[in-house]
Parts: sequence; structure tokens; C-alpha cells
Amino acid sequence: MPIAALENKLKLFFVEVEEFWLLSFRAVIGIFSKPFYYREFVTQLDRIGVGSLFIVLLTGLFTGMVMALQALLQLKPFAATSYVGGMVAVTMVKELGPVLSALMVTGRVGSAITAEIGTMVVTEQVDAMRVEGTDIVKRLVTARLKAILIAMPLLAVITDFIALVGGFFMAAGYQVNPVMYRQSIPQFMVFQDLIEGVVKPAFFGFLIAMIGCHVGLRTGGGAEGVGNASKRAVVLTSVFILVSDFFLTKIFIAFR
Amino acid sequence: MSPHGIVMDKVSYSVGGRQILKDFDLVLTKGVNRTILGVSGAGKTTILKLILGLLPVDQGRILIDGVEIGALRESKLREVRRKIAIVFQGGALFDSMTVGENVGYRLIEEGRLSDSEIERIVLEKLSFVGLENSIDLYPAELSGGMKKRVAISRALAAEPDYIFFDEPTTGLDPIGVYNIVDLMKRLQGEGKTTLMVTHDLHTAFAVSQRFSFLHQAHLVFEGTREELMAAPDETTREFLSPSERSLFRFTEHPHQEHQTRTITELE
Ligand SMILES: Nc1ncnc2c1ncn2[C@@H]1O[C@H](COP(=O)(O)OP(=O)(O)O)[C@@H](O)[C@H]1O
Ligand SMILES: [Mg+2]
Repeated sequence: MPIAALENKLKLFFVEVEEFWLLSFRAVIGIFSKPFYYREFVTQLDRIGVGSLFIVLLTGLFTGMVMALQALLQLKPFAATSYVGGMVAVTMVKELGPVLSALMVTGRVGSAITAEIGTMVVTEQVDAMRVEGTDIVKRLVTARLKAILIAMPLLAVITDFIALVGGFFMAAGYQVNPVMYRQSIPQFMVFQDLIEGVVKPAFFGFLIAMIGCHVGLRTGGGAEGVGNASKRAVVLTSVFILVSDFFLTKIFIAFR
Repeated sequence: MSPHGIVMDKVSYSVGGRQILKDFDLVLTKGVNRTILGVSGAGKTTILKLILGLLPVDQGRILIDGVEIGALRESKLREVRRKIAIVFQGGALFDSMTVGENVGYRLIEEGRLSDSEIERIVLEKLSFVGLENSIDLYPAELSGGMKKRVAISRALAAEPDYIFFDEPTTGLDPIGVYNIVDLMKRLQGEGKTTLMVTHDLHTAFAVSQRFSFLHQAHLVFEGTREELMAAPDETTREFLSPSERSLFRFTEHPHQEHQTRTITELE
């Protein structure tokens, strides 16, 4: 590729990164100032939180069951099956709960955010809002960001809990004492793990909302453009969730 | 020059590597309604968005009643923009809101008036376009012509001095066109100044006193209807009465790859 073209692409890339942070900054600032768009916020909370409940329950239940099953298989030769609760808990709370629920919400909510905002862009509704004097970052972005920052940790916690319930059923099948199952949970965990278990999903929620809105606002090229933007947002968000999970884990380990 | 009116002074704008406007001049004097003519894709919508500050100019100045908008921050821009309303090509109604909420959008946002006051104004603006009975419908339930009429009544809610129309009659049946033309004339009668962009000459002549013709980024004609009909340059004449040769003159270059694609695309 000619150097000039590469340089051009790099420039575009950095411009986009800069735009992303600028948008994020303005969206976060918007959380603390009027108008609050209470109705918009409640609508979003309902759609993001309540709307994602079912798939998150399903994900949590089966993940918990399969993890318990695998762990039981490993622990059985050591006569250590009573530790299965702790093993499920620690992996779910720190890693799988946040990551899996976030990936589910990305597919369901992130794509919808991009499609919705993208449609508003290509049908000139966003322009119309700006002409009518609305701060579109506040109305469209902040409302979603706020809702997801609240919903995402809750969804992750629900995922964790349901996974433990699923694990419990599997353990019961292996004659693990229910009391032992419950007691093994705190043995494997420290308080910081619980913090990790809500900070991570909150950060992933930030990524879902901000990438969804950013890509949506940059949509061009009609209905086809909306489809492409939506796909792009899902891919980008998923990748960034997995990558940032690694670095967040590193940070949490450093603070242990 | 009088500070009243809208002025574009040698404005240039390009996007995706394509020059849309080059040293484009425009004067919209209060009370003198203007139409900007040009083929599809010429950059007519872009002109309206530049004046509204929705897009930034590359070069040149835009003045609204003497205030240059290029240097303004978004919050200050909002104040100046309040004098202008726009009826977008497809209406651009907010599809999550009812017709009434669309028309009252700005008033609800500003939160200065009481609900009953807002409802009174919304009804008044809707009855101006003859759609007071559609107040509780959603945009998806309206025809194309009705959408444009709702968009007009939404534009009126801010009591603007200037109203922009982006291809207001494109895609409407003759009754729809008549309706819109009639509305535009009534608005002009009430002292609003209209700026329309279109390729529809018939409507243009019905509602405007002055005309600009945009072709390949340049302003190739500016003047009255009589001057337009007697325009000396060939491009303008062929736009007015196309012949076989116009095919070559007006054929668009293939569109550029869309500008917003970047290397963060991972798919
Ligand atoms: N983001 C963009 N990237 C590349 N080209 C664009 C972009 N936005 C608009 N254009 C091009 O600018 C030209 C002018 O658009 P527009 O002002 O909508 O034309 P008109 O309203 O006269 O039909 C079109 O040819 C369009 O393809
Ligand atoms: Mg157009």
C-alpha cells in the first residue's frame, strides 16, 4: 500500500479515536447536569435492563451448570467435590458473569442502540433534533449510558447468582451436601472479588453504550449503512470487552 | 449590506474527497423568497445544513442577521438557529413520538410553557396545515404528504423568521404538491422568508422571486425568473429544457466511497 494511503488511514483512525473519547467525555459530563431526560432514561433502563433479563438468566443457568459439571468431574478423583460451589462462584463473579452477560447485552442492546441512532441519522432526525435546540449527546447518548451503567452490574450479579443455582443442582446430582456447597463459596473468595464483579460489568456497559452510540452517530449511506454500522458496533464492542477484561484483571491483581 | 438576512460568502465545502461547493455565494434577503436549483446530488441539502451550522464550512463565511456562525459554539449556535426552521426532505419526524409531541417538541424541551399552553400552540400549528385530527397518530401512520405537513407545523412552533424547505414537493402527487405550494405562499404572506432547494421548476416558479443554480460545486446563475429564462450560459439553459446533450452534462460521477469508513472496521 502506498505510504500516503496508509498515512491517510492512520489519520482517520486517530481522528475517530479522538472523537470517541470526546463523545464519551461529553456523555459522562452530561450525567451530572440538567436536563436529565428522566422519561428517556426510564425507557432505556426498561429496555436494556428488563429486556435483557431473560437471555441473561438463560446464559447464567447453563454456564453455571456446565461449569459445575466439569469441575465435579475434575474434583471427584480427589474426593473434593464439596468445593464445587467455590469454584463456580469465583470464576463466575470475576470472569464469566461480567463477560458473558456483557456479550449478551452487546448482541441485544448494543446492536439496537447503533441501529436506532443510525436510523435517526440517515432519516435526518438527529439533524432535526439539533435544529430544534436539543443537545443530542445528552438526549441520545447520556440517557443510554446512564441506564446501562446501572443495568449492567445488576445483570452480571443476576447471572452469577443463577449460575450458582445451576451449579447447585448439578452438585446435588453428585451427592454434594447443600451446606458444604454454600460454605465453600466464601472460602474461595475475597471481598475484592465482589468489587471486581461489579466494576467490570460497569466498564463493559460503558463500552457497549459508547461504541454503540459512536458508531450509530457516524452512520451514513441509508438503510444498508445502518445494517453495516450495527454489525460493526457488535464486533468492535465484543473485541474490546474481551481485550479490556484482560487488562482490568491485571489491574485488579496488582491491587490485591 | 443590511444585517437582516442570510449571507453565504465564498463558501467551500468538501466531503469524502469530493468538492461539493466551491466559492459559493448566496444572499437571502428578508422578504425575498429564494430557490436553489440543481440536479440530485449537486449539494443542495448540504447548503441548508451548512447555513444551520450542522456541517462546518471548509472556507468562507456564513452570516445570519449579521452574526457569523463559523466561530460560534454549539450552545450559542442554538440561539441563532432559533430564527431558522427547516422542513427536511422526508419530514424527519421523530418516529418514537406522536404528531403532537413532534410539533410541540421544542416547546416541551424548553420547558417554559405549561402543558395546556403547549397543547394550544400545537393545535394551532397543526390546524394551520389542516392536520389537527392527527395529533395522536404516530409518523408511521401518515402518508408522505402528511409527514411533510406535520414537519411544516413543527417548523412553525419556534416562530422562525426563515423557513428552509428541502425538496418539499418531491415524490408527492399533484394534490400534495398543490397543498405544499399553498402552505408556502400562506407562510410568505405571514412574513416568513423561505429558502427552498429543489429540482422542481414548477414549484420553484410558484413560490420564489429569486433563483440560484448550483452546478458542479459552482454557482452558475443567480437572478430573477425573467433573467433565468433568458440565461445566456448553456448549462442553465439545458437544465431548464433538457435535450439529449444534457445527458452528458449532468451525468453524475460515480459516488465516492462513503467517508466514515475507517480502519477500525474489523469485520
Ligand atoms: N459523508 C459523505 N461521504 C461522501 N459523500 C457524501 C457524504 N455526504 C454527502 N455526500 C455526497 O455529497 C453530495 C451532495 O449531497 P446533497 O447535498 O445531499 O445533494 P442534493 O441535496 O443536492 O441531492 C452527494 O453526491 C453525496 O453523495
Ligand atoms: Mg438533498
